[in-house]
Amino acid sequence: MNTHEKFYWLFGGVVAILCLASSIGWLLSLRVAGDGGRAVIDNLNARIRAWWGMAAVFAIAFVLGKNTTIVMFAFVSFFALLEFLTLTPTRFGDHRALSLSFFVLIPIQYWLIGIRWYELFTIFVPVYGFLLLPSLSVLAEDTEHFLERSAKIQWGVMIAVYCISHVPALMLLDIPGYEGQDALLLFYLVLVVQLSDVLQYVFGKLFGKTKIAPVVSPSKTVEGFVGGALSATAIGAAMWWITPFSPLQSAGMAFVIVLMGFLGGLVLSAVKRSLGAKDWGTMIQGHGGMMDRMDSISFAAPIFFHLTRYFFT
Amino acid sequence: MWLSQFLILLTRFLLGATPHWIGTGPKSVQRIYFANHTSHIDTMVLWWALPPDLRANTRPVAAADYWGGNRLKRYVVLQGLSAVLIDRQRNNPDDDPLAPLFQALDHGDSLIIFPEGTRKAQPLPDAFKSGLSHLAQRFPEVELVPVYLENLHRSLPKGSLFPVPLICTIRFGKPLTRIADEDKPAFLDRARNAVIGLAA
Repeated sequence: MNTHEKFYWLFGGVVAILCLASSIGWLLSLRVAGDGGRAVIDNLNARIRAWWGMAAVFAIAFVLGKNTTIVMFAFVSFFALLEFLTLTPTRFGDHRALSLSFFVLIPIQYWLIGIRWYELFTIFVPVYGFLLLPSLSVLAEDTEHFLERSAKIQWGVMIAVYCISHVPALMLLDIPGYEGQDALLLFYLVLVVQLSDVLQYVFGKLFGKTKIAPVVSPSKTVEGFVGGALSATAIGAAMWWITPFSPLQSAGMAFVIVLMGFLGGLVLSAVKRSLGAKDWGTMIQGHGGMMDRMDSISFAAPIFFHLTRYFFT
Repeated sequence: MWLSQFLILLTRFLLGATPHWIGTGPKSVQRIYFANHTSHIDTMVLWWALPPDLRANTRPVAAADYWGGNRLKRYVVLQGLSAVLIDRQRNNPDDDPLAPLFQALDHGDSLIIFPEGTRKAQPLPDAFKSGLSHLAQRFPEVELVPVYLENLHRSLPKGSLFPVPLICTIRFGKPLTRIADEDKPAFLDRARNAVIGLAA
């Protein structure tokens, strides 16, 4: 099977799953009773509709090619950073640093992927961004909460720009015997993360009893995590044929993705709460904001990128 | 008008601005919307937050000394926003600076005004100038709707050239009730507190 055939099979599979999900959602909405149940089902259906949208955006990006995919993720970073900084208290003195993050850092970071300059891509935000952002803020001579403000901006940029940019950066990898198929690797990562989120949600709703971290994320349960993680790992292993991995390696990679995704969800939930909010935004109906959907990916992508690069190139 | 459409698109993209109708709904009655003023894009954002049918006869009030300054600015506010220009500096002391506003209200238009008179660095409004009270007295049947613009002082504060894209929220409060024989300072204070009350 060549890359295109694989892609059509995969996309057909996604469409089939979404059709199934939409039908189940529709049946549930006919049968549900009570306001509480109604709210859960409405939320579920809103989420399914949003997944249709995401799948459509992804399909278009894949069909239009590499550069479109890079630009698409640049916009994902843009909106994720927008949501992060909206909740982050900053002062007038940070204005230039904030403008720079949006209109200079994001374009350069993604441009570096486009021109395949890996060495600079990998240090651009953690070295140049790290040093230059507070240097811009300091010129405003406002020392009030200076460390806190700088640290929060760094954090937002690291998560929303640096970490998320590792998804399209998968296309930078030169894996022997896997030439021209790197878009499938990207698909694999996003699919495993999203399925893991969904399956944890489903297992949690069905069997969830023991809360893992009730303070940080009341909806995460041990049963949900174990059920979701195992099934997502199994699906990841079964997808080995679109990756450069063997089935066992694919299971290992999927497990790392699932674990990092879970940790990302927890950590960003704690960050969100410490900033005093429940959702990052309202951009994606049923899901909250862009960051609510990207939290797992932002943690999984850089680790998946580096493991793949270390072991397979 | 293409310019209005363009400005609206730009605002949506950079500011993901969301209107929240808290104390009132988007009704098509004659109104004066008054808000805190921290940014050049306040006018644009508030105007955008109104549904298109209300937007068509709601006119922002802009300072003639600033927006009338050159042809481009003049074109943008007059054509793009159908603004009413007000002579803040009273170049001709015999003219009533509020006359163009009276005219617009007589004509049945709604207005957007920033009663502090100028942009401030901090989000909560300073003392209001008396213009609002004159308008309120002369047009007792026009609804006075307080509006709080959140995050705009961070997005494009006074003295900065580039915007920071942030989610800006526009909160519409309950129209001020009219109290008979209320004196000017008390009225202005009440109006200002209505805006502050929406900040929390």
